[in-house]
Amino acid sequence: MRHGKWPLIVTFLVPPVLLYVVFVVSPYLQAFQISTTDWLGYSPDANQVGLANFKTLWHDDYVWNALKNNAVLLALVPVLTIVLGLFFATMLAMGGRKGRAGVTGVRGGALYRTVYFFPQVLSVVIIALLWKEVYHPNQGLLTAALHGIGLSAPTWLGDPATAFWCVLAVMVWSNVGFYVVLFGAAMSAVPKEIYEAVLLDGASRFTTLRRVTLPLLWDTVQVAWVYLAIFALDGFILVQLMTNGGPNFSTDVIGVRMYDTAFGSETKFGYASAIGVVMFFLTLSVAVLSLRVGRRERIEYS
Amino acid sequence: MTTLDQPTRPVAAPASTAGRDRPVRRELGVANTLSHGFLLLWALLTVLPLLWMFISSFKTNGEILADPWGLPGALHLDNWARAWTGAHIGRYFLNSLVVVAGSVSLTMLMGATAAYVFARYEFRGRQVVYYLFVGGLMFPVFLALVPLFFVVRNAGLFGTWAGLILVYAAYSLPFTVFFLTAFFRTLPTSVAEAAMVDGCGHFRLFFRVMLPMARPGLISVAIFNFLSHWNQFLLPQVLMQGDESKWMLAQGLFALSVSQGYAGDYARLFAGLSIAVLPVLAVYVAFQRQVQAGLTAGQLK
Repeated sequence: MRHGKWPLIVTFLVPPVLLYVVFVVSPYLQAFQISTTDWLGYSPDANQVGLANFKTLWHDDYVWNALKNNAVLLALVPVLTIVLGLFFATMLAMGGRKGRAGVTGVRGGALYRTVYFFPQVLSVVIIALLWKEVYHPNQGLLTAALHGIGLSAPTWLGDPATAFWCVLAVMVWSNVGFYVVLFGAAMSAVPKEIYEAVLLDGASRFTTLRRVTLPLLWDTVQVAWVYLAIFALDGFILVQLMTNGGPNFSTDVIGVRMYDTAFGSETKFGYASAIGVVMFFLTLSVAVLSLRVGRRERIEYS
Repeated sequence: MTTLDQPTRPVAAPASTAGRDRPVRRELGVANTLSHGFLLLWALLTVLPLLWMFISSFKTNGEILADPWGLPGALHLDNWARAWTGAHIGRYFLNSLVVVAGSVSLTMLMGATAAYVFARYEFRGRQVVYYLFVGGLMFPVFLALVPLFFVVRNAGLFGTWAGLILVYAAYSLPFTVFFLTAFFRTLPTSVAEAAMVDGCGHFRLFFRVMLPMARPGLISVAIFNFLSHWNQFLLPQVLMQGDESKWMLAQGLFALSVSQGYAGDYARLFAGLSIAVLPVLAVYVAFQRQVQAGLTAGQLK
């Protein structure tokens, strides 16, 4: 078994490591270095400016505005998505409770799950472009529906008062189905006897959910939280394609700020990398924080 | 309460099953209707925009403007033709197909070989290299974006399909290696040992024995990678600027959406979006169990 393993290790490991180091590791490392320069891209000269970019960032109102929007997304998108996801997963898993015989799924549960999952397999680009049309102020699906029942409609993405909430709604819409499936899988791993015991004790549906299902699902909910938080800190593609940060910066997010800074009219690569570094630390601390705060004793089914 | 109930229950239950069942069933009926109501509502919310897109892709622009909720008077297939050839969606579709075929193959080959080594061989520094790969799961792509642009340009790969293929594969390695390492570990050692005893070499062992045994895991990861590469937008946006004839589907759709804003050809945009959605939905419906398993495993690290 041990004889002649080295040729295989070398041929199997060297190409992937090379590819990974060149295109992934080295750019990440360079980004930290570039963030301390005043590099403007296409010319080769870049001066070391220390932490000057970060100082400018601190006083950059556009960045703060974008960060504020990210913070609202961070507060709302995970909560809404997880609550809706748990709600529908519970409906699917326990909607068809059969008297005292136990807990069963609703009929057609597999079909619901299939449909709910649709947005997850579609590209974010398609979701963004489609919803842009749904929100269209003249012939969009939503406006027409409101006009149909005799109500007036806002201009949705065109109005600074509503645009942000419209984007937020799409973020939740596109994620819920995935978490229904995820939570559904976790729920089906819970042994049926537990539910049957609780039901025999006369617990209501709500109590069952709160006192039994949720604690048993805690690990999964926590993972969902971390991923949704990272998603909420990004939000780049949806925002760029639906509103490009407008109107009047009402939907701007930090990812769009960075992209515009680097690849917009001016190519301020040094400054953009500084925004990237800030994003990196924000993402990392949000992930670590939510894992810390959410830490509980692990429950294992024996 | 429970102690009071206990003695009576076993005696009473068999006698009055029919009578006791009825109120329970009625309660069940109400709850079921309620569940189905909410479930149906969300199903509608999910499907309606997509359905609207498909239906609109067969309407004339006049019909779309006059009555967004209406059905098409006739099936205007010319919208699809205008999107496929006129807006070059067909070309972008094939471009994406070529790049994704290349990148998924490369990802699977490199991911499987690296994961196999991590799972099955002991050597110094194994942990370090493994964590170097898996660490990539933690970082936002944004941070790498600017330097990556220059790395690709300096390698002479800017604006080329080869560049995109290599970059897609490199950024998919963390998840692929992570998932497949765990998978190769679960495969029985006894089979491998038996093959070795029979005189099978290390390479033959991998290609003839381990790879076929790992097929379920490979399929899950391949589907996961296929969807994420197919749906990629940020990387081509940065690395495939310029030459329009080489664009990916997502870029083409974005351009179509922008030009639609000027031309007012809504039907063509809806047809273009439908062309992009249909095959993915078809693949999903055909392999839904694997897709759901692959994607959820992708999040649950």
